[in-house]
Amino acid sequence: MKTWKHTIRNLAGAVALTLLHGTSIAADPLKMAWVYVGPVGDGGWTYAHDLGRKAAMAKLGDKIQTTIVESVPEGADAERVIRDLATKGNRIVFTTSFGYMEPTLKAAKSFPKAEFYHATGFKSDKNVTIYNSRMYEPAYLAGIIAGHVSKKGVLGFVASFPIPEVVRNINAYTMGARSVNPKITTKVVWVNTWYDPGKERQAAEALIGQGADVLLQNTDSSAVLQTAQDKGVNAFGWDSDMTAYAPKAHLASAIEVWGGYYTKVAEAALAGKPLKTTVWGGMKDGMNDLVSISAALSPEAKKAVAEKMTAIKSGKMMVFTGPIKGQDGSIKLAAGKSLTDKEIDSVNYYVEGVEGQLPK
Amino acid sequence: MSLQLPFRLIPRAQPSQRMLVVAPLLAVVLTLLVGLGIFAALGQNPLTAFRVFFIDPVSDIQGWSELLLKASPLCLIALGLAIGFRANIWNIGAEGQMYLGGIFATGLAIHFHETGGAWLLPAMIIAAAVGGALWAAITAALRAHLRTNEILVSLMLTYVADLLVKYLVYGPWQDPQSNNFPFTIQFGDDALFPLLASWSWLGFDTLLEGTRVNLSILMTLVAVPLAWLFMDRSFIGFQLSVAGLAPPAARYAGFSEKRLVWVALLLSGAAAGLAGVSEVAGPIGQLNDRWTPGYGFTAIIVASLGRLHVVGIVFAALLMALLYLGGEAAQIALQLPKAISQVFQGLLLMFLLGCDVLVNYRVERRRAALPVVQPVAAA
Amino acid sequence: MIESLNPLLASAVAAAIPLILAALGELVAERSGVLNLGLEGMMLIGALAAFVAVAHGGGLVGAVLAAMLAGALIALVFGFVTLTLQANQVAAGLSLTILGTGITAFLGRQYVGFRAPASFVELPIPYLSEIPLLGPSLFSMNLLGYATLVLLAATAWVLYRTRAGLALRCIGESPTVARSLGLPVIPVRYAAVAFGGAMAGLAGCYYAVAQFKMWQEGLTSGNGWIALALVVFATWRPLRVGLGALLFGGVSALGLYLQAINVHVSVFALSSLPYLATIVVLVFISSDQNAIRRNAPASLGKAFHADS
Repeated sequence: MKTWKHTIRNLAGAVALTLLHGTSIAADPLKMAWVYVGPVGDGGWTYAHDLGRKAAMAKLGDKIQTTIVESVPEGADAERVIRDLATKGNRIVFTTSFGYMEPTLKAAKSFPKAEFYHATGFKSDKNVTIYNSRMYEPAYLAGIIAGHVSKKGVLGFVASFPIPEVVRNINAYTMGARSVNPKITTKVVWVNTWYDPGKERQAAEALIGQGADVLLQNTDSSAVLQTAQDKGVNAFGWDSDMTAYAPKAHLASAIEVWGGYYTKVAEAALAGKPLKTTVWGGMKDGMNDLVSISAALSPEAKKAVAEKMTAIKSGKMMVFTGPIKGQDGSIKLAAGKSLTDKEIDSVNYYVEGVEGQLPK
Repeated sequence: MSLQLPFRLIPRAQPSQRMLVVAPLLAVVLTLLVGLGIFAALGQNPLTAFRVFFIDPVSDIQGWSELLLKASPLCLIALGLAIGFRANIWNIGAEGQMYLGGIFATGLAIHFHETGGAWLLPAMIIAAAVGGALWAAITAALRAHLRTNEILVSLMLTYVADLLVKYLVYGPWQDPQSNNFPFTIQFGDDALFPLLASWSWLGFDTLLEGTRVNLSILMTLVAVPLAWLFMDRSFIGFQLSVAGLAPPAARYAGFSEKRLVWVALLLSGAAAGLAGVSEVAGPIGQLNDRWTPGYGFTAIIVASLGRLHVVGIVFAALLMALLYLGGEAAQIALQLPKAISQVFQGLLLMFLLGCDVLVNYRVERRRAALPVVQPVAAA
Repeated sequence: MIESLNPLLASAVAAAIPLILAALGELVAERSGVLNLGLEGMMLIGALAAFVAVAHGGGLVGAVLAAMLAGALIALVFGFVTLTLQANQVAAGLSLTILGTGITAFLGRQYVGFRAPASFVELPIPYLSEIPLLGPSLFSMNLLGYATLVLLAATAWVLYRTRAGLALRCIGESPTVARSLGLPVIPVRYAAVAFGGAMAGLAGCYYAVAQFKMWQEGLTSGNGWIALALVVFATWRPLRVGLGALLFGGVSALGLYLQAINVHVSVFALSSLPYLATIVVLVFISSDQNAIRRNAPASLGKAFHADS
């Protein structure tokens, strides 16, 4: 019964909205579009982008009009969708997955008046701007928490694919933990998928079986966190706040916050000065965060995280600052120096404390 | 337990030619009626929604170009699959064979990137066909000589092929400039299918300006009549059909089952391989780890929907491509979630399949007055 | 040393349970001669139905009932199209998966983002759960896991030891002969298809309220296809479905386990282990052609018209 009422209410709302939409004639809103790699209902990566879009809509109201296309494969279809969106009058198109890089560049050439924004890539053009978030910052803070919480000194990481983005998150997590307890090690299991709750769960089980007691994942589902709760260990949420999935096991969630950026891009375009600079934002810029930190943490842990978070947010602290040692203990970066963005963006080694071999 | 429907089906002596046309139309009307309800509930005008879904995607030359680009690999794979399906040889691993086609073609494209030449693309096409056929040959060998189930082997090999692609693009074939991201270099012009729009001597440059349709559709255009000749006019095609319809008859006639298995699988593998090269050397222009939207699996629906006949497959491929484009258009123009287009695709396919009954059967109303003869139920 | 294998085995069993459920249902449908490739779609529908049921306070019993009912209902749609309207079973099954994926993605939106308020928890059986190796895996499952073992045995028993089972197999072998014996071919096939749907729904229920305790789009992530493969792998024998599922779950767990203990093998090679292992075992099984011929339903996938 409840569901039916709910459905009917939703439907009525939808009809009403449509009617309203048909009658209100605003001064031509700015048309913006998003191309998503997964469904909005994935509860992870795409979900976070859509929250960002909604935030921009809430802020700018009828000044913008948004369109989304979800689950667009990263093959030949992507270029068509991007072109289609531009043809339909969208002045701003966000392509939110790495695999859209070439399609975005190709399509952008035909639409010089539109602005394209590609997430997580590294090639830009006259009207293609790239943006990304430094998720390694919240990953580092998660590592600090893990360092305090782990009793066995073994952390686990469920990883998707050996791209720099994932490798540096593993490194940051490990470095964060070792800043608390220099003996800590991280075990990594690669699942070769972004989304497969079954595999993610099995990977988590394998890690827990080998003694890992605080897990982090760079995959899209909440399966790792749920597994942690079932097995009585701890874990983090990733991409979006996952507290509700596993209240007991949840230590904190490293989340993407795209709303501010999307709003900024829209405002700049509305002002006639489209944003053209590469944005690789971190916690300082409000593009990601570590939220819902567990109240059950020890006071020292809470204090340590709060301190480092303040340092990162104020720009005083860079995560990848030397000395950084490789797995064999060799110096990768001398003390006092920091990795450049280019180095961070193409990292292809594990830091000291990570076990196993980086897949090549 | 008895199942009483208000109608019953009387087999026709001959498939109805009229119903071949009427049945799909009826399916569309039925989908429309259900759609009416769904769209109305979502606050959309059903007619607008249908226009967006089925007409807008092909209302301009750009749309037709995209339709062909999408339908072409589907058709190619489905033609190959139909050959085997007719003989009850169920190759459901065309997706993996397509990967291998992509891999073989890419190998040449990368290796001869600097040197190149006009021969490169034809060589890639041949390599792709060989690659697809080789991957299918594993299934063929196991099925023909060890009688291992081909459905399962071909499906499992698809997962392996996917991992093989990943291994290559994360490893030896990774573009050194890729920042460790999983893709190869962009192919040179010699390794790409030329766009049809580049044929100025046919006036295509103005007609097709800005479209992505490329020469790879010629492979499909050639494959269609060849497949027809092979399936409906050649002796081995006849053998395959007999083996599917009446296996004992095929055995009595002395048709070699092993040979049929090899032929069916090698041909479908080669066709899937060709579809692979049409993608990597077509709109994508490189190999990466997620370049296919599952053409190999969709082609199974295309082959079945096309009733395993060449003409049917051509139409089915166009329809599946249109459904796909329509789904995108509905998202863009009406902001309907992708899920709704999936529901529609599913409904339309179900209705199409269900209405097909009219081709081979007559529907007759049951008259309540007459006692209906019931089969005796098992105690 | 042996203890270190415990998590591996437990992980394999947990992954195997839903595969067994779905494959058992499909096995019964196929034994009656109907090939339903729509497992993935039916599992998704079952998963969402179960999650919706617990989310609205229906409890675990409600979840199981909702999942089985929803799975059976959508399977009946497939049954109508293929059995009454004589449509091609392969295409109808694949269409069913598209339909199920779409319906669940659309209706499931408001259920993304929170843990199932009720879920099946592990219930170790006293004493038995202390047996080395078997204890922590087989005797520490949740209720659905134990139920799966019972269903496995029951299906095998009904199929081989009862008249109904004999009738079902007879219909799958030769519907024409079955009909001349007075067996109700179409009604039995409907029932088998509905059973297949209910079991797929139950498998979905396992994902949504036992294993993952959540709803997300595409929650079953391709396991329907693996379950389909298992039926062939098991040469249509229920108990072999159990073994096959364990093997598959075990090998996929092994690939991840080896990574966790730092075995230096390409992760891509490790990931392909379950698939290669399946092929190898299949080759061994197929050396016993008699068994396959005895078990494979001869009329599988072929339409049967009651008046012909």
